[in-house]
Amino acid sequence: MNLILHVWRQASSDSPGKMERYEARDVSPDMSFLEMLDVVNEGLVESGKVPIAFDHDCREGICGSCGMMINGVAHGPMKGTATCQLHMRSFTDGAEVYVEPWRSRAFPVIKDLVVNRGALDRIIAAGGFISVRTGSAQDGNNLPVAKDAAEDAMDAAACIGCGACVAACPNGSASLFTAAKISHLGLLPQGQPERQRRAARMVAQMDAEGFGHCTLYGECQEACPKEISIDTIARMNHDFITATLATREEKSLGGVG
Amino acid sequence: MELKSKVPSGPLERKWDKHRFEMKLVNPANKRKYTVIVVGSGLAGGAAAASLSELGYNVKCFCFQDSPRRAHSIAAQGGINAAKNYQNDGDSVYRLFYDTIKGGDFRAREGNVYRLAEVSVNIIDQCVAQGVPFAREYGGLLANRSFGGAQVSRTFYARGQTGQQLLLGAYQALEKEIARGGVTMFPRTEMLDLIVVNGRARGIVTRDMVTGAIETHLADAVILGSGGYSNVFYLSTNAKGSNATAIWRAYKRGAAFANPCFTQIHPTCIPVSGEHQSKLTLMSESLRNDGRVWVPKRKEDCAKSPRDIPEQDRDYYLERKYPSFGNLSPRDIASRAAKEVCDEGRGVGPGGRGVYLDFSDAIKRLGQAAITERYGNLFEMYERITDENPYEVPMRIYPAAHYTMGGLWVDYNLMSTIPGLHVIGEANFSDHGANRLGASALMQGLADGYFVMPLTLGDYFGSNRLEPVTTDNPEVRATEAAVRERTERLLAVKGTRTVASIHRELGKIMWEYCGMARDAAGLNKALELIPKLREEFWRDVRVLGSGQELNQSLEHAGRLADFLELAELMCLDALDREESCGAHFRIEHQTPDGEALRHDETFAYVAAWEYAGDGKTPILNKEPLVFENVALSQRSYK
Repeated sequence: MNLILHVWRQASSDSPGKMERYEARDVSPDMSFLEMLDVVNEGLVESGKVPIAFDHDCREGICGSCGMMINGVAHGPMKGTATCQLHMRSFTDGAEVYVEPWRSRAFPVIKDLVVNRGALDRIIAAGGFISVRTGSAQDGNNLPVAKDAAEDAMDAAACIGCGACVAACPNGSASLFTAAKISHLGLLPQGQPERQRRAARMVAQMDAEGFGHCTLYGECQEACPKEISIDTIARMNHDFITATLATREEKSLGGVG
Repeated sequence: MELKSKVPSGPLERKWDKHRFEMKLVNPANKRKYTVIVVGSGLAGGAAAASLSELGYNVKCFCFQDSPRRAHSIAAQGGINAAKNYQNDGDSVYRLFYDTIKGGDFRAREGNVYRLAEVSVNIIDQCVAQGVPFAREYGGLLANRSFGGAQVSRTFYARGQTGQQLLLGAYQALEKEIARGGVTMFPRTEMLDLIVVNGRARGIVTRDMVTGAIETHLADAVILGSGGYSNVFYLSTNAKGSNATAIWRAYKRGAAFANPCFTQIHPTCIPVSGEHQSKLTLMSESLRNDGRVWVPKRKEDCAKSPRDIPEQDRDYYLERKYPSFGNLSPRDIASRAAKEVCDEGRGVGPGGRGVYLDFSDAIKRLGQAAITERYGNLFEMYERITDENPYEVPMRIYPAAHYTMGGLWVDYNLMSTIPGLHVIGEANFSDHGANRLGASALMQGLADGYFVMPLTLGDYFGSNRLEPVTTDNPEVRATEAAVRERTERLLAVKGTRTVASIHRELGKIMWEYCGMARDAAGLNKALELIPKLREEFWRDVRVLGSGQELNQSLEHAGRLADFLELAELMCLDALDREESCGAHFRIEHQTPDGEALRHDETFAYVAAWEYAGDGKTPILNKEPLVFENVALSQRSYK
């Protein structure tokens, strides 16, 4: 099959970008979307043109490196699938395909389809962990975890940090990403001591990074390659509000003392 | 070169304990005076960086990905072994030790492997405390499953995403330390050389992959946790970015490279669908519990639909050749058997490089629902990639390069032959011998990172006086200049061939001659072809763009240049090892019934290769392997 691609090209973060038109010829339906881009890139190099830059690594849908807007949809038309696992059989011969980087104020473009997602790491650094020094853990079976809690925590922990939720959100919110981690750790008994602090700090960091607020469009869960539910956002809001109230109480007590 | 393993004397079960007492300590107030570089942020590197920072060291951690959370450890599916004996099925530290030594076909060090088994139990505790959502039983306790090469259930898992969840645990610990200021993280930064001053590793030269800036980072010690080198085969189950540059540069600065030919080929991957193929996807080995492997008996039937081939015309070759283990034969055996039938022209699918893995009998016996419950996510993944429904037509599978047991030589303290350079995880050679068992890679990465490196590094600092080094040191400046020159040289070739096309060609040579089965004629052929291809690379590669920007072709070219050298060393090592052991199968050395034939009297050693200069044959150093606790035996799966 043959396709017409329109790809966002931008030489660097401070230079202007534009859509460029390319022809992808003799595409096999068995190729992944990224393999199709590989072939286009090899053709570009052969004709002396700089290839299209895009992030990718594991190519099995787990590392979260890849991600692009394909015809305006984060990760393209197949639900629950990262770009690397999207295959060309999802497209028809002769189709025109528009490929753009993630668009969000908090994800500046580095080059072409490559964006800086460092903000997501900083949200985790703000509180997305359980503080446990290496070597200080008790026996793993000393703390039973209800099977349901473990399963729900795993559902949330499946997040690959690709940023599709941000790119899909009309507000550019990172709520699904942040909520997934707050839920994963907050559902487990190990995560209880830091639960409120975690929610308060991660939400504050999300705001500081310039992500928008959640108004429950639900686009994020549609785009999520791991199909993480926006139920996690309800859990985040609950923990955040509880944390806010608890902090106030602490402060007023401090004032009295 | 002298190879001192530094394995402590005394009984096996007392060695690590004794060593921990004998090692020098660094006073807490003094730890903050030391700076440590960690290259790689996977299970080994991430765990080490976080743990060293918790102890009080200043840590600088580097990864080429945009975030430390994306290291290739994330892709491990099956699980992690630990000798907890929660199942009361007879497991013990000694049994895990024994299974690992035997699985490695008696080519690993007893002392290291025993320590690995010992700390395995602490790893599970640590990960549970971090909030890793391991599978649980209804009573809330940790669940286990069984895995290849063991008769006990000792594998802990988090669905099919164990590597991801363990890595996120280490990554979160790392982010905690980054926020605290103990670790400075350098994402999208690639190590391009090692700085050695007065014989000690004192820093690295890196390239900022966004700006192209070449920078020098000095430290008191360097730790490499940069992973394996399966991408020398071009097509492998590794992530596209996985590369050997860090360990190869260290080798060229004096670190011995041990057992480079020990590479594991995993039998159950989705076959190549065409020339465009960029990587191979692994399907969990657990599928062989219920799937039956077969090919047509006659070549003429290969093009037919598998459903039109009657039972009597099928060859269930694993069941035929290995009646007692059948479809559950170990990885190396199953991989070689698949290659054999395809070489006979009886392979199926595009290019004739595939065999069937058929679930129809299991579906008949257990019902489709039971199969969905066991393997639903794998069947889905298979269908997404191949567009074939494995409930209706048999899967097609073929072996693929997966893991490298070889790596930089390290002693018991995980220190290489360059003082101050430590190597952890898949990047070192230490624990898996000639073949790694399933669910043991995650165990080793975390053992090294959480529980060994933080202790042995203190001993290095406590036992040595390090002189101050500054950036105007001539050795530092020369290393940085060499990196600049090399980067410019890659850009200056301005040839006609794309980097990927040369990498694909190298992969084909390695797969053909240094893959699942090797012989002297083939290896000699590869040793002719590789230098020619390397010469062509430096004469005709085309890298567009500049060095002062994000340039993915330049990154790939630099990595390929190193693979083109490492490939030669792998073939040299494979040629030198005139025996078959584990994943290294020399056609000339097999039993009358076609099994691997070890020669313990001549080859029970670690081959540690020492760089002797470009164009010169590297020097082979041997570390004899002494077995005081286990008796060497021949593996049999008949």
